[in-house]
Amino acid sequence: MAGRVLSDSAVLPGRIDWPAALKESALAAFVALVLFVPLVGMQTVRIEGGTGLNFRFDWVLIGVGLVAAGRLLLVGMRTVRPGTIAAVAAPVTRIPALLGPYATFLVAAGVVFAFVMPFLPFANRYVVDVATTVLIYVMLGWGLNIVVGLAGLLDLGYVAFYAVGAYSYALFAQWFELGFWECLPLAGVLAASFGILLGFPVLRLRGDYLAIVTLGFGEIIRIILLNWYAVTNGPNGISAIPRPSFFGMEFTRNPDEGEVAFHEFLGISYSGLHRVIFLYFLILILALVTNAFVLRIRKLPIGRAWEALREDEIACRALGINPTNTKLTAFALGAMFGGFGGSFFATRQGFISPESFTFIESATILAIVVLGGMGSQIGVVFAAMVLILLPEFGREFEQFRMLLFGAAMVMIMVWRPRGLFAHRDPTIRLHGVAGIAADGPERP
Amino acid sequence: MLYFLQQLINGLTLGAMYGLIAIGYSMVYGIIGMINFAHGEIYMIGAFLSIISFTLLGILGITWVPLALLVVLLIAMACTSAYGWTVERLAYRPLRGSFRLAPLISAIGMSIFLQNYVQLLQGANVKPLPPVITGGFVLDTGGFPIRIGYIQITIMLLTLVLMIAFSYLIGRTALGRAQRACQQDLTMAGLCGVNVDRTISLTFVMGAALAAVAGVMATLYYGVIDFFIGFLAGVKAFTAAVLGGIGSIPGAMLGGLLLGLVEAFWSGYFSIEYKDVAAFSLLILVLIFLPTGLLGKPEIEKV
Repeated sequence: MAGRVLSDSAVLPGRIDWPAALKESALAAFVALVLFVPLVGMQTVRIEGGTGLNFRFDWVLIGVGLVAAGRLLLVGMRTVRPGTIAAVAAPVTRIPALLGPYATFLVAAGVVFAFVMPFLPFANRYVVDVATTVLIYVMLGWGLNIVVGLAGLLDLGYVAFYAVGAYSYALFAQWFELGFWECLPLAGVLAASFGILLGFPVLRLRGDYLAIVTLGFGEIIRIILLNWYAVTNGPNGISAIPRPSFFGMEFTRNPDEGEVAFHEFLGISYSGLHRVIFLYFLILILALVTNAFVLRIRKLPIGRAWEALREDEIACRALGINPTNTKLTAFALGAMFGGFGGSFFATRQGFISPESFTFIESATILAIVVLGGMGSQIGVVFAAMVLILLPEFGREFEQFRMLLFGAAMVMIMVWRPRGLFAHRDPTIRLHGVAGIAADGPERP
Repeated sequence: MLYFLQQLINGLTLGAMYGLIAIGYSMVYGIIGMINFAHGEIYMIGAFLSIISFTLLGILGITWVPLALLVVLLIAMACTSAYGWTVERLAYRPLRGSFRLAPLISAIGMSIFLQNYVQLLQGANVKPLPPVITGGFVLDTGGFPIRIGYIQITIMLLTLVLMIAFSYLIGRTALGRAQRACQQDLTMAGLCGVNVDRTISLTFVMGAALAAVAGVMATLYYGVIDFFIGFLAGVKAFTAAVLGGIGSIPGAMLGGLLLGLVEAFWSGYFSIEYKDVAAFSLLILVLIFLPTGLLGKPEIEKV
C-alpha cells in the first residue's frame, strides 16, 4: 500500500498562501453545494394525491457557508500551527497516563460507588433504571471486547448471541417452567454453542469477510425469530417472562400460598423499587464477573495467544498456535457473555421481541468497544456511559444519537485508531523488551 | 414452465440491480482491499435523489417520460458521485496504511451516519413514487400469462448499455488502465506515474454512479423507498460481489444476476419470508466453500 505522508505533520509553520487556501475552500463549498442542494434543500413531503417538495435553500446556504469556513480554518491552522489538530484531541488521550498512578484507587472507588449508588438520596427509580441499562451495555461491551479487542476479530452480529440468550431464557421459562437462575447458565452455554456453530466454519476467513459473515448470521437469527411463529410468536414477541427471585423469594406484594416474599422476609414494607434495585445489583455483579474473567484470562496462555494472534497471525502459526481453535475460544466466550446479558435483558424487560435485536444494537455495542479503545476495559465503561447517558439528557439528543455515533466512529478511526483509551500493550511481556507501538501503522 | 419463465424474468430484473451495486464493492475491494460498507447507503441516496428529482420535474412540468428519466439519471448519478467522492475523501483516505480493520469500522460509522443523515433530512416515513413507466407485454399462451413490464425491459436494457460503456471505460481508456494498474500493485503504479489518489477517488465516483442508477431503477420498480433500504441491498450486493469473485467486474455482474435468480426462485417456489435468509446463507456458504468466487483469483497472503 502506498506509504503516504500526511501533510498535517510535514508542513512547517509558515504564512498562509491565501489564493491557494481560498481555492481549496471554494472547491469544498462547491462539493458541499452539490451534496446539499437536493438532499438538504428539497424535502419530500406527502401532499394531497402524491409527493410534494418543501424547499429550504436557506439551510443549504448555511451548510455551504459552514463547510467553506471550516475548510479555510483547517487549511489555516495546518499552515500556521502544524499539529494543532492532533493537539486538540490530546488532553482526552492523556487522561489514562495522568490517572495511571491512581488507577487502582479510582477503579476501587468507582466499584464502591456503584454498590452504594442505589441507596444514595438522588437514586430514584429512573436513575437506577438508567444505570441498569448502562451496565447491560458495559457487560456486553466487555463480552465483545474479548472478541474484538483481544482476539482482533470484528464481530458485527454480536446481537445474535444476545438474542439467543434472551430467547432461550424466555422459552425455557415458558415451556419447562425453569427459573432465572437455572436458565442463566443454560443461556450462556446455548449462546456459546451458537458461537461455535457459526465460528467453526467461518473463522478461517480473513478479518473483513468474517465481519460480513457475522453480520449475515445476526440477520438470519433475527429473521428466523421474526417468522417462526410456532416457537417465537413472531413479531409479537414473548411476554410475561418470569422475574428473577432472590434465593427463592419473589419480589411481589402478595406471594403465593406458602411462599415468603422478599419484603416479608426482611420485615420491611413492600416497594416496587426493591426489584429495580435487585436487578441493578444483579447486572452489576454479572458485569463485574465478566470483567474479572476477562482480566484473568488475558494472563493465561489462551489470552496471550489471542493478543498475539491479533498482532500477527502468520507468526502465530509459525509458533505452533492453532489459529482456528484460539479464535473459536474467543468467539465462544464472547458469545457466552452475550447470552448471559440477553438472559438478564429478558428477565428485566419481562417482554422480548425481534425488534430489540436489530443490527443497530450490534453497531451500538461495537461502537462502545471501538470508542472506548479496543482491548481497554475502563474505556468500555466510559464509552457506554457517554453513549447511553447522552440521549437521556435531552430528547433532542435522541434524534441525533445515531448520527453522532456514526460520525464519532469515523473520527475516532481517523484520529485515534486505537480508541480513546488505547490499550495495545501485551498484557504480559518479557523483561526489558519494548512493547508494540501503540499507534504505529501496521502492515496492510 | 411458464411460472418458471416469469420467475426468471423477475430474477433477472432484480439481479441487474444487485449487479450494478456489486460492481462498486468489487472495484473498491480490488483496488484498496476494503469492504466499502457505506456503499449500500450510497445506493439509498441515489434512490432518494431519484424521488426528489422526479417530484421536481413534475413541479416544473416535464412529463415526457424518456426525457424525465434521462434528467433524473443524470442528476442522481452526478450528486451520488459527489457523495461517493466525499465519503472516500473524509472517511477512507486518511486511513490508508492504518491497521486492517480501521477502514471497515470507519465505513460502518459512515453507513450509520448517512442513514441517519437522510432520515433526519427527509423524514423516517416511506416515500412513494407514482408509477412512471407503466404497462408491458402479456404473453398469454394459455394457462399462466407471463408479464414483462416495460419497466423490466428498461432496467435490463439500461444495465446492458451501462455494462458495455463500463467495459469500454475499463478496457480501453487511460483511466481504466490506471485502475487496473492500481489493482495489481498500488505502490508500483504510483512509482510508474499513475496518480493513485485520483484513481482511487474516481473508482469511488464510478461505483457511486452505478449505485445511483440502481437506486433510480429500484425506485421505479418498487415505487416506495425509505432510508433503511441501503442496508439490505448493500449486504446482498456484497454477497453478489463475493459470489462472482470479489475484485472481478464481470464477476460482480454475474454474481448479481445469480443472486437475483436465487432470490426470485426461492420466493416463487419456497417461502417469501425467508428470502433474505436464502441470500445470507448463500453468502456464508460461498465464503466457506468458494472464497475466491466464480471468476475471482485466489489471494495469497504475503509476509
